[in-house]
Amino acid sequence: MNEKEIYRLLLEAKEFGFSDRQLAHIWKTGEDSIRRLRERLGLRPVYKTVDTCAAEFEAYTPYHYSTYETESEVRGCEKEKIVILGGGPNRIGQGIEFDYCCVHAVLALKEIGYETIMVNSNPETVSTDYDTADRLYFEPLTFEDVMNIIEAEKPKGVIVQFGGQTPLKLAVPLENAGVTILGTSPDSIDLAEDRERFGALIEDLKIKQPPNGIAVNSGQAREIAKRLGYPVLVRPSYVLGGRAMEIVYDEANLIRYMDLAVEASPEKPVLVDKYLDNAVEVDVDAISDGVDVCIGGIMEHIEFAGVHSGDSACVIPPRTLQPSTIELICEQTTALAKALNVKGLMNIQYAVARHNGHEELYVLEVNPRASRTVPFVSKATGVSLAKIAAKVMAGLPLAQFGLPKMPRIDHIAVKEAVLPFVKFPGVDTLLGPEMRSTGEVMGIDTDFGRAYAKSQAGAGMRLPSPHPGDKKRCVVVSVNDRDKPLIVESVKKLLDMGFEVMATQGTHQYLQEKNLECRRVFKVQEGRPNIVDFMKNNITALVINTPLGENSTFDEKSLRRCALELNVPYVTTVSAAQAAVLGIESDLGRNLQVKALQDYSM
Amino acid sequence: MEDGSIYQGRAFGAAGRAGGEVVFNTSMTGYQEILTDPSYHGQIVTMTYPLIGNYGVNQEDLESKKIQAAGFIVKEPSIVPSNWRSGSSLEDWMRSQNVVGLCGIDTRALVRKLRNAGVMRGVIRLGDESEPRGGELDGIPPMAGLDLVRYVTTQEPYTWSEKLHPYHRAQGTLAPQKAPVRVAALDFGIKHNILRHLAERVREVHVFPAFAKAKDVLGCNPDGIFLSNGPGDPEPVTYAVETVRDLLGAKPLFGICLGHQILGLALGGRTFKLKFGHRGSNQPVKNLDTGKIDITSQNHGFCVDLAGVDSQKARVTHINLNDRTVEGLESRELRCFSVQYHPEASPGPHDASHHFDAFIEMMKT
Repeated sequence: MNEKEIYRLLLEAKEFGFSDRQLAHIWKTGEDSIRRLRERLGLRPVYKTVDTCAAEFEAYTPYHYSTYETESEVRGCEKEKIVILGGGPNRIGQGIEFDYCCVHAVLALKEIGYETIMVNSNPETVSTDYDTADRLYFEPLTFEDVMNIIEAEKPKGVIVQFGGQTPLKLAVPLENAGVTILGTSPDSIDLAEDRERFGALIEDLKIKQPPNGIAVNSGQAREIAKRLGYPVLVRPSYVLGGRAMEIVYDEANLIRYMDLAVEASPEKPVLVDKYLDNAVEVDVDAISDGVDVCIGGIMEHIEFAGVHSGDSACVIPPRTLQPSTIELICEQTTALAKALNVKGLMNIQYAVARHNGHEELYVLEVNPRASRTVPFVSKATGVSLAKIAAKVMAGLPLAQFGLPKMPRIDHIAVKEAVLPFVKFPGVDTLLGPEMRSTGEVMGIDTDFGRAYAKSQAGAGMRLPSPHPGDKKRCVVVSVNDRDKPLIVESVKKLLDMGFEVMATQGTHQYLQEKNLECRRVFKVQEGRPNIVDFMKNNITALVINTPLGENSTFDEKSLRRCALELNVPYVTTVSAAQAAVLGIESDLGRNLQVKALQDYSM
Repeated sequence: MEDGSIYQGRAFGAAGRAGGEVVFNTSMTGYQEILTDPSYHGQIVTMTYPLIGNYGVNQEDLESKKIQAAGFIVKEPSIVPSNWRSGSSLEDWMRSQNVVGLCGIDTRALVRKLRNAGVMRGVIRLGDESEPRGGELDGIPPMAGLDLVRYVTTQEPYTWSEKLHPYHRAQGTLAPQKAPVRVAALDFGIKHNILRHLAERVREVHVFPAFAKAKDVLGCNPDGIFLSNGPGDPEPVTYAVETVRDLLGAKPLFGICLGHQILGLALGGRTFKLKFGHRGSNQPVKNLDTGKIDITSQNHGFCVDLAGVDSQKARVTHINLNDRTVEGLESRELRCFSVQYHPEASPGPHDASHHFDAFIEMMKT
């Protein structure tokens, strides 16, 4: 083919919407060589305006899309520009929280005089409203499309940390192409994400990580697990967001996982981590300009470590941590932020393991980017983290904002995940390492019980009233052996409030041994009237049911499903049960008053 | 183009050369009706919708006997038409009628030019950029001042009896019964669907050439007179304006499009050329008496201005909401009314078909 024929063929392919990457795949070459070929031939997209009137009338909506045509409709501008990359389509695990961060970044950068250019492809977000950014490119978040926009707009820099994992993955390729990445450098991002590099870094900083190993086959996984001791957390290295992650309690289950659930190979190893039993997970959002570090908020998870952080309820300020642990969290966060030379936001997940009153801090994950908890922390503390981070990334010093090292608040804010189980008939409602929530709510009050009860009400689960007279006075308790000692305290409180406790065989026996009065109830397969019958009779106020790993029997699943369908409050972890009991005690139904969010701390 | 710009694309339809005023239409479908609408005579039509020809061409949606547009410009012609009524592809049909087309150009850029600079003359021709240019527009007259009616009107009177297609039953536009009246229609380039709407509702439809005199028209003893749509500038169509002036007050009178402009001139108003006209299927029109909006089908480059006309004699009844220009007028005294838009649709929404019923009522009383 001569040059002209190549040009025509390539133009036709681009007009039909083939990406450089697809063409590279078809022509068995690299994406970059297709890009270079396009550059040599002068084949670049132009940008048209979405005007909803076929260009019949002039539109002032700066809302653009790319196409291979001849005329570009983007107007020039005098101001310095910053490109903000959005998160693309919403999905579970990368949701509207990132849209919030992008919108706040746009607002902040506008405040300090920049022309803001938003790149995102999700029509249902606020960042893609035509009047949010100064101009909007409705384009996929891929290297090719983003690079084309950057070449057309020539911005001062690009912000990749506000849109979640999708734009973050573009940081290195964009930087290699000569683009200025504002904020934390792509190398630091890589450092935090690369298991080996990160391991070396925290060793240097003398920060602990749960013991772990990498397995390329079933035998290796078994060896590692034996060395670490069960339970272990296993997951494929190549997936994000906790997909296919599992907590494995014994070798039989590990073999099942390695043989059936994943395909381990030297290219696709499986990560095996020691699972910290009964540890409390802690999420920290911090902000840094490379010099100073401010802790935005420390969130203590209500569910034990192992439940995905997006599904776990959490509370600000931490409720049960020792002051020395909080101190240590601040120290380690500051050290990590400085070591990674973070400019902008960062999120760290810690686990606090407890042994005989002693707390041990482990770092689980460091994300040098905005996390999904940023909107919650900002609302709970009144400090707009995303806005400040955007300004810091544009070059303003953090010291200028007069933030305290860590904001002190006098109230308590609880975040609860909103789960979509009602919409999915037959799906088990158990929480695990894979994120399943599709929304979140915040409950705010002056004590934990009330804040928790509010958050539950917000998420659609009304906790029962503690007062006798309500006809729903039964609490069904069915917990696994590990949880049995931990549930005693909660059961005692429920009995004190006048609830009737019903328990399945094992739990019943255990509670009786502890001299707690409770009634034996049949499991579904044991006869009638059974648990489900009691729920259907509309006398059940709460179901506490914790299963043992993935081995939950059909019986338990049908129990949870039934609770969901009959809208009976149910909890699947002991810690949630403890929080629910505090929520019931708080007697939210009485003395409920209206108070504006702004009146809390701001 | 008249301004010297060149849009390079691929030929489609017949190979050759075509010149005319370049206009654009924003309808997403209806290309067959648009191409055969005599009001497009002498114009090169650009479709803003990027994919044209998907449902092919049939024998039922013709608005006249042949393609009237001088040329056709689309972004992408569909190469695989799919519809149970389709008899041939758009491209084969254009070729069989020797109509030149251009595809593969940035039609949005062209539309933006026409929107900003106003419609202008242009030529579609084969060749490449190395060929010397100049003189392409010779022999292509500007639209203003041009009488095109003479090229599209019937030479002989005839009667029309074909009613609306049965699918109109679903649209609710079929008449319950025919009124015992006779309509005389002056053909300035009449669309078949106007005749179908009339034949649906009245017992007899007599069609006269544009140059017929008032006495010829009245010779068939009509109960009402219809003034049709048509191409070009209404002002030089003086013979028709005179005829209409003679007919005013004699019988109820209803005009559409060019018929509306000719009625406006006969009533003493003036007409002027719009920058880029109204051509599409979703032009919003407001009835000034009721405040109701009809979404209408339109195709016009000229517009009526009634300033200076005694408001007792004639008044504006409808305006276009995009640019507030006149879209309808009436004279109660002279029992006549007209609309600039197309109540017969083809293509377009059926919102405004009630005007035909109003005309029938006027004839019955």
